[in-house]
This record gives sequence, structure tokens and C-alpha cells, in this order.
Amino acid sequence: MTTTPASVTADQIFILLRDWLAGFLPAGLRTAADVVLGVIAIVAVFPALFALTTVFERKGLGRMQNRLGPNRVGPYGLFQPIADGIKALIKEDVVPLRADTVVHFLAPLTLVVAVFMEFAVLPMGRNMALVDMDAGLLFFFAMSASTELSVFMAGWSSRNKYSLLGAMRAIAQMISYEVVLVLSSISVVMIAGSLKLTKIVAEQNQYSGQFPHWYVFTPWGVAAALMYAIAATAETNRSPFDLPEGESELVAGYHTEYSGFKFALFFLGEYLAMFAISGLGVTLFLGGWSAPLQSLNVIPSWVWFFAKVMLCIFVFIWVRGTVPRLRQDQLMNFAWKFVLPFTLLDLVVTALWRFMGQGWLRWIVCTLILAAAYVLMGRFGLREERMGRRSYRYAE
Amino acid sequence: MSPVFYILAAITLAGGLAAVVLKRLVHCALAVTAAFAGLALLYLQLDAQFVAFAQILVYIGAVAILIVFAILLTRGSDLPKEGVFSRTWFVGLVIAAAVFAVLAWTVVQSLRGVPQQTAVPAVAVRDIGNMLVGRYVLPLEIVALLLTAATIGAVIAAMHQKEGRQ
Amino acid sequence: MLGEGILKGMLETARNFFGSYVSKERLTTVEYPEKRIPAFANARVFPFLVYDGSDSLGGMRCVACQICEKECPPKCIYIEKSKDKKPDYVGKPQFYPARFDIDISVCMSCQICVEVCPFEAIKMDTEFELATDDRFGGLLYDREQLAKSNEYYHSIHPAEANEVDARLAEEKAKVEARAKAAAQAAAAKTAPGSSETPGGGS
Repeated sequence: MTTTPASVTADQIFILLRDWLAGFLPAGLRTAADVVLGVIAIVAVFPALFALTTVFERKGLGRMQNRLGPNRVGPYGLFQPIADGIKALIKEDVVPLRADTVVHFLAPLTLVVAVFMEFAVLPMGRNMALVDMDAGLLFFFAMSASTELSVFMAGWSSRNKYSLLGAMRAIAQMISYEVVLVLSSISVVMIAGSLKLTKIVAEQNQYSGQFPHWYVFTPWGVAAALMYAIAATAETNRSPFDLPEGESELVAGYHTEYSGFKFALFFLGEYLAMFAISGLGVTLFLGGWSAPLQSLNVIPSWVWFFAKVMLCIFVFIWVRGTVPRLRQDQLMNFAWKFVLPFTLLDLVVTALWRFMGQGWLRWIVCTLILAAAYVLMGRFGLREERMGRRSYRYAE
Repeated sequence: MSPVFYILAAITLAGGLAAVVLKRLVHCALAVTAAFAGLALLYLQLDAQFVAFAQILVYIGAVAILIVFAILLTRGSDLPKEGVFSRTWFVGLVIAAAVFAVLAWTVVQSLRGVPQQTAVPAVAVRDIGNMLVGRYVLPLEIVALLLTAATIGAVIAAMHQKEGRQ
Repeated sequence: MLGEGILKGMLETARNFFGSYVSKERLTTVEYPEKRIPAFANARVFPFLVYDGSDSLGGMRCVACQICEKECPPKCIYIEKSKDKKPDYVGKPQFYPARFDIDISVCMSCQICVEVCPFEAIKMDTEFELATDDRFGGLLYDREQLAKSNEYYHSIHPAEANEVDARLAEEKAKVEARAKAAAQAAAAKTAPGSSETPGGGS
């Protein structure tokens, strides 16, 4: 047998580890063991990442506002998530008297389960997709669509007007932006010619000289990635689209009436959705697990995947630290009057790109169309209606 | 028939039944969702990935949400005062039985028309896509046109209402 | 162009983010239990009773006139007048508070007691770390707990304390001058002693 270089071993370390562990079992159980081990890895890694992200987010936000952020628990406040976890676990689980107990109980569970399913198809490294499905992208969107229902369940079952309003806002927002999310991914599907996420990564994992063929480095790819990022922010209810839990008007939105561990589950679900959607964004536009330069391929592929995901998370936090929350009508106008038309145009441009063949002409044409559309739609499409003087029906 | 099939069928049937007999409208909507999910899993068991995920995306992600939204916007979530059964339940039963009979008859009839295949055909998503924009492009476009017309109609209806109020 | 403002804002936050690691003056946070900023001269928390000299009870300026008790809006002051007089009473009979309780869980720090006191006996403290695990007794401060020396008053509100001292000295001088005049008058037996009142407030 030929000796494998160390970089390949490092690249495949988790696969080798899994096979080694499964090797202890009889041959008939090995496939099942492979799956179970993969699930365990996902269920262990992403919550751990979530715990770290909560503390880094608070520290990062603090630094953006010239504060220190949490630094009391453990070195540099790194044990803060442990303290938070203990607090959430031992807190009293309060269920409102008139709440619909069963639905109230099921809502956080269905949310977390659906979100965990999303990770199943993400290729997190070379050969590191748990299920390499033919319709992987569709599976991802199907799972992310079913989280909406648990948001509704939470909001409705709480019997609280804030929860219900929060849930309605969340659903309206998620439906509007999910269209954009799917459409912007479709342009990638059009070029890659497959719904299979590993295939999409493989298409991008080519280099001309040192430079990778990531889709974000094409005119249509930039536009689609931008729209995807906007839709992803809205889909995960992150600031500036965090109206469903706008604490200034809705207390905490659909999870107002959740306390203790159920609240922690919602929190977990929200962050996991963020990881999943960042992971999909990385897979679609940023080349998945491929290295940004050909010579950097020595570093294991999973390092690149997680580094890119964390970069996306940092951008999420950065935007949260910068932009104020939108109003509901601004949110909807933005979705239907700017993001959706632009994404549709991007689909057309992608088709153009596809059929103009190789050469520099398509770069110029596609860039010009998209840039002109962006400027014009930004200037005229989002012009706000002049509102009259505000009239108060009950006051005055 | 594997035990998995029976479990999934039980979930689907229980969901459908619960959707009919439960009192609260929102519970019914959630039960329908459970039935949709069971159906999707049945498709998945038949190796029809694309249909299964489309079922989840469209039915759970859109149709169920639409139902729920309609309930919320129309105060339908209040408990009905007089029971959930309509007085004309008998007529409904007859119609439902008739529809079921027709469907069952068609299914049984069509079984003879299907060529007996020993091997399960492997259908890739790619093939479905090619078929949709190749052989079945006309039905696809007709459906698309229908949906566009419906959307435009909805927009016009909403606009008209707004003008009337002002 | 659309998005320009967002980019500008993100540049600003990025500058804050990296700047906070480089320059110390960006971080204005004072990590409280370990580091403190000195209390401001105008800080006011709850009232305390001022005494002169070193005897906390004997030197207390309070004469149990009960004006503050009557004026206190949330009625958090309770005073019991003494039966006997102060050891150093001059002229008119002066009493001292046999009990002087302030319930700081009720007190709203309005400073009205300080404003109405004619004897400069009650002043506002700057001590704020008053947390206790005893909800009732622990927050009810009695005479001994409330008594604090004039030096302490000088240390927390120096300018105000100097002003008060000057005013008290002036009044004392006036009283002494009047007493001297009265003594002289009594010695000369020319004029009848006028009934004096200590200068009513300021």
C-alpha cells in the first residue's frame, strides 16, 4: 500500500476516525454505525460552536461599541456559555395558565429537530457530507421551510398577544425572504447543473493558476450572493431584520412566554439556523471546503469550511452591531420591490452568462446589466411614498 | 409491505383523522401538517426524493402556513360555540364516500395499465428536470400561467379593496 | 447609491472593533468592584446625621425638632425626643433625639430633610453599597448608624461642608456677640434682655 501524505490524513482525519470506530462493530452494523457517528458529530460540534459564538458575539458587539463585553466567568469570559447553560437548565419552566400545553411544548422541539436536519446535507469537508443526496439543496430548503411552522406554534400556543404578533411577523418575513433565498440559489443550480451540494462544491473546486472558480467571483455570483446574504439575514431573524423579536415593541416576540430550557432551545435553534444558512451560503458561493488559493490546499478542507462559516457569522454580528432595525413596511417593501426583482433579473443574467460561452464579453455585459439595474432600482424602486402628517385616531 | 410503511401510513391517517375531528381549527391545521409530513415520508420510502422534498417545501412550508395565516387573520382560532360537526354531515359523508369510491376505482383500474416492472427505475432529479422542460413543458407553462394569473388577480383584488376604503 | 450608508456604518463599527484593541482610551468601561471612580461632589444617596467633635451622640447637631420627620414625603424618618437636655445646651433648652430612625428602603433621596433642617444636622451621604440580606432590620438605620462626623462630611462634600461651617461659625459668633451684649446690658442694667431666637435658617 502506498503511503499517504500527512496532509491527506489530516484532511480525512474524521473519516478515518469514523471508520476506525466503526471497525469495532460487526460488518453488518457498520453502515448504521457510520450514520450514527456522523449524527453524533453534528449534534456535538454545532452546539459547541453555538456556545462559543454566543460569547464571541457579545464580546464582538461590545468591542464595536467600545465596551469590553463579558469577561467575568473564566479566562476572558470564555466559560460564560457554561454559566448560561446551567442557569437555563435550573430555571423554572413557566407555562402560561391558558397556554396550549402540548403545542407549547412541541414548538421548540420541532424547531431544533428541523434545524439539525439541515446540517445533514452540508458538505463540511472533502467526503464529509452526512447524506450526499441527489436533491440536497431541495432538502435543505424543505427543512428550513418547516421551521416556520414551529415559530407559528410557539407564537400561537403561548396565548400572548406579543407572541402572536411576533409569530405573524416572523412568518410573513420568512415567507417573503424564502422566495429570494431559493431564487438566488437557483442561479447557482443553473450554472452547476445539479441540486447535489457536493457536485456544486466540486464545480467550484477548480483553479486557474492560483485562483479558485468560486461563484462569488462572477458578476451574477456577486449579485446572487448579496441577495442570498440579505435573505439569509431575514430568514434567521437577525438584525436589521429582527422585527419578530423586536424587544422595544414585542418583548421577545414569539418566545416571550418561554423560559428556562425551552427558551434555550429556541436560542439554540436560532443560532443553528444561522450556522446552517451560512454553511449553505459557503457551499453555494464561497466554494465550500475548497481553499482560497491552490497552494493553500495543504490545510485540511474542513478547516476551510468552518473558517468560512465563522467568517459569515462574523459578518452577521458585524451587521448586527451596525444597522438599526427596519420597520415592518420597509422590510416588506425591500423584499418585494427590490430584492425579489433584482434576484429575478439575476436569474436572467445567469442564463445569459451560461449561453454567452467563454470569453471576456460576458463579463462586461453581465456586470453592466447588474450594476445598472442595482443603481436604478436602488434609486427609483425604493422611493418611499410621501406619508402625510401622522394622525392619531384615539389620542388628541 | 415493511413495518416502516405501516408506521408512516398510521401517522398519515391519524393526522388526517385528527384534522377532521379536533375542535380547535389551529389544531386541525397542525394535524393536517402531520399528515403532509407522513405523506412526504411515504414518498421518501418509495425513493422519490424530489417529490418528497417538494411535498415538504410546498405543503408544510407554504400551504400549511397559508392555512394558519388565514385562520389567524379571520379570528377562526376561537372555539366554535356549537360543536364542530355540521348539521348536514350526512350529505358530506355521502359525497366523501363517492369521491373515495371514484378515486379507488380509478387507482385499481390503472394498476392494470402500468407495465409490470421488476427493477425499480432509478429516477434522478436531473431526469425530472429534463422531462419538465422537455416533454412536459406545455403543462408546466400552463400551470405557471395559471399561477401568475392567480397572483395578479389577488393583487388586483387587494388593490381594489384599498381604493374602496379610502 | 443604495447601501452606501450601510458600508459607511460598517466601516465605523470596524474601526471601533479594531481600535478598541489598540487604543486604551476608547474603552471607557471602569470594571467596578476592582476599580472605582471617586464619587462626584454632587452625589447624593441617603441622609446621615452630622456630629461635631469625637463623641458621636453627645456632639450630634440634631436637636430633635422633628421638622424633617414632618416634612419627609414618604415618612421614612422616626424621631423620639429626649426627656432630658443636651449636656452642652445653651440659652434655650435643647433636646437630643433619643431615637432617630431612617428606613432607607422607604427613603426616596429627595433631600427635603436637608433643606428644611435649621441646624445643619442632617446631610446627604454618598455611600451606595448598602445591600444587605436582611430586608427589614438591615435597611432600618438607627441613630448610631446614621451618626457621622463633620470630618466625614468634609471628605465627601468639601465645598458644601466649608460653606456650612462658615455659616455655623458666623451664627455662633452672632449668638456670642448677642450674649455678650446682653451680659453687658445686664451688667449696665440699662436695657431689658431681648428674647433671642437662634437665627432662623439661612
